[in-house]
Amino acid sequence: MDVVYSIPVIGVIFQFIGYVIDVTPGIAPIVVGLAAPIALGSLCGIMNERSGIVNIGIEGMMLSGAFAGFLAAGLFQQAFGGEGWGPLGITPALLVGVLAAVATAMVLSALHAWLSITVAADQIISGVIINVAALGLTGYLNRLLISPNPRLGAGTFSSFRLPGEVSDFPVVGWLLEMFVEQGPIAMSVILLVVMLQILLFRSRWGLRTRAVGEHPRAADTVGINVIRLRYRNVIVGGIFAGLAGAYLTLEGTGSFQNNMTAGRGFIALAAVIFGRWTPIGAWGAALLFAFSGAFGQAVRIRPPGEAYPDLGTIMSAIPSQVYGALPYIVTIVILAGVVGRSLAPAAVGRPYQKEGKTA
Amino acid sequence: MTTKNPAPRSRPTLIRRNLQLAIVPAAAVVGGFLVGGVIILISSLANGALDFGLPFNAYGSLFQGAFGSLRGILFTIVSATPLILGGMAVGLGFKAGLFNIGAQGQFLMGALGAAAVGAYVAGAPAIVAIPAAILAGALFGASWGFIPGALKAWTGAHEVVTTIMLNFIAGALIGYLITGPLEAPGFSFSRTGALGNAELPTLFGTSIHLGVFIAFFLVPVVWWILWRSTLGFEIRTVGANPDAARYAGMHPALITILTMSLCGLLAGLAGAGQILGISHFMNASYGTSIGFDSISVALLGRAHPVGIMLAALLFGALRAGSGLMQIQAGIPVEIIDVIQAMVLLFLAADVMLRRFLRVRGPSIEPDELATVSKTYGSGTI
Repeated sequence: MDVVYSIPVIGVIFQFIGYVIDVTPGIAPIVVGLAAPIALGSLCGIMNERSGIVNIGIEGMMLSGAFAGFLAAGLFQQAFGGEGWGPLGITPALLVGVLAAVATAMVLSALHAWLSITVAADQIISGVIINVAALGLTGYLNRLLISPNPRLGAGTFSSFRLPGEVSDFPVVGWLLEMFVEQGPIAMSVILLVVMLQILLFRSRWGLRTRAVGEHPRAADTVGINVIRLRYRNVIVGGIFAGLAGAYLTLEGTGSFQNNMTAGRGFIALAAVIFGRWTPIGAWGAALLFAFSGAFGQAVRIRPPGEAYPDLGTIMSAIPSQVYGALPYIVTIVILAGVVGRSLAPAAVGRPYQKEGKTA
Repeated sequence: MTTKNPAPRSRPTLIRRNLQLAIVPAAAVVGGFLVGGVIILISSLANGALDFGLPFNAYGSLFQGAFGSLRGILFTIVSATPLILGGMAVGLGFKAGLFNIGAQGQFLMGALGAAAVGAYVAGAPAIVAIPAAILAGALFGASWGFIPGALKAWTGAHEVVTTIMLNFIAGALIGYLITGPLEAPGFSFSRTGALGNAELPTLFGTSIHLGVFIAFFLVPVVWWILWRSTLGFEIRTVGANPDAARYAGMHPALITILTMSLCGLLAGLAGAGQILGISHFMNASYGTSIGFDSISVALLGRAHPVGIMLAALLFGALRAGSGLMQIQAGIPVEIIDVIQAMVLLFLAADVMLRRFLRVRGPSIEPDELATVSKTYGSGTI
């Protein structure tokens, strides 16, 4: 290895690859956790865009879900208490929180559906309004309800722990660790991804959804109710955004901060595009974005030492803020590199009106 | 398909036409305040019982804070200044069919450029230092607008996502530069150096600084560019229909890049004004909501410079009065964001609002906005 590593210039690339392979098993569970809200957000995006609706408001739906989930769980815990059971630390309060998060995001989705389907408003503007409204309302209510109550909170779901013998298994061990040593929401992401992938491409509902997204008029002529299907898909998509929000406050951190989604809803949109509007692809993209986020942590915890001499010098010269901004930079680079070659559902962003019916 | 053109009617007078344009935004503002009042009423439950006086109390002190004294009025104007520039930064983009959500990042970069260069030329005579610092802010902002413009024109990456990412990158860059290379020695926290002669002069010792005049001066300038210059014609044509623009021999890609850079320049100027005229330095966690308020201002002002100016004065008044409201009525200043969001919601439900008010005439949305959604996911322009 040292021979390869000591090639000038190119050697650094090999060192980088070696280092990535080296740290990946260590940060893999973190990556899957970080990817969970992005992947869930992109599932929401896929539900929308496959049926011909642009949803820029995922960020706001996530944020409202995160807030409502935290508040509901905290208030429930204060009023009724309750013990956690099982290896995932599920308490009644946390379950109430998840339900509240999902319900809130669904309400916002219904608003987005109404604005973009019935009112036929510009869909991007509708999404931006949802973001502005979510930021404003959560900020206001946070000041009003949570700030005076610093002890509010219901803790978090706990991560599943594999028995030591299993995780010591080579390769299989850390792969299992990566996907199973998670809280319930992050763990369910892979199931939801696979489920949506199958439904979208192997079911009647999926065929109809794709038809409505590509050519609503054709779908209409064969008897599919375009308006109803779009409404249903947008509102059901809200479930995923709500789960993403619940992950942030009930599984990731256990507290709420203003604007804590920090652009994840938009990264999810980029993941949708990079994943070519398929759930599995978007999930892969989410893992990539999450890896770029966890990479900064890896460098801090396990800096490339003696084994990677040049890489270590370069990496310690890069300021920590660069690692912090890495997911955003990677998103831009990937979006710029990929978008021209991937095709969105044809009817995305265009309101549908039946023929002969003028607004 | 729907047709946008109504049957030809007798041409309404200019005043009537403008009244027709203004009625929906005005109704949206009234609606926003009504819903805000209901939310204030509900939040009075936190103190035990419904207090029907509280909304009136809150709005009363809001109005008093914004217009009750000369100081209040001046504060309203100063608060509106960055919103005018930021609003035009978003509105100009609308005209070219671009949704510039990145005014926030462009504002921050403008502020960074002005703070850094301003501290560098602090010792130079004011006649040199002030233009240099303002220009730096404008150029930094323009460069932050150029990036998403170029990405959209050359690769098709939609500006709605790239500009948001650039907002976060701008924050990280500022954090790095101000705790690193740009940190001024001798302060207890990380910040840029003193501005010295680069500070903007103020009018008779009030809070009105030179940037206020620049912002109001640029309103007719932007109007002139959009409706009286060749560039403006091309911008509006590209916004209305990029394909038609291309067939007419224009270059939509070039116009896109140029427009985004101009948007960035305006937002950068807003940032420069805030730093050089008000805060006089920048710290590592410099944060603001101006970039996002600018979106609301541009939408409420129908992407027209004059409309934007009026909308900015309204939101400036809200910001200026919210402090007194928090003190006197105990309502968190964040209610302003809620009211703002509700105004936008009513604006978006424009069709419903117009049916309710029985208004005819052109729709509230600038027609170019249709291009914003249409280009989403459709690759290069």
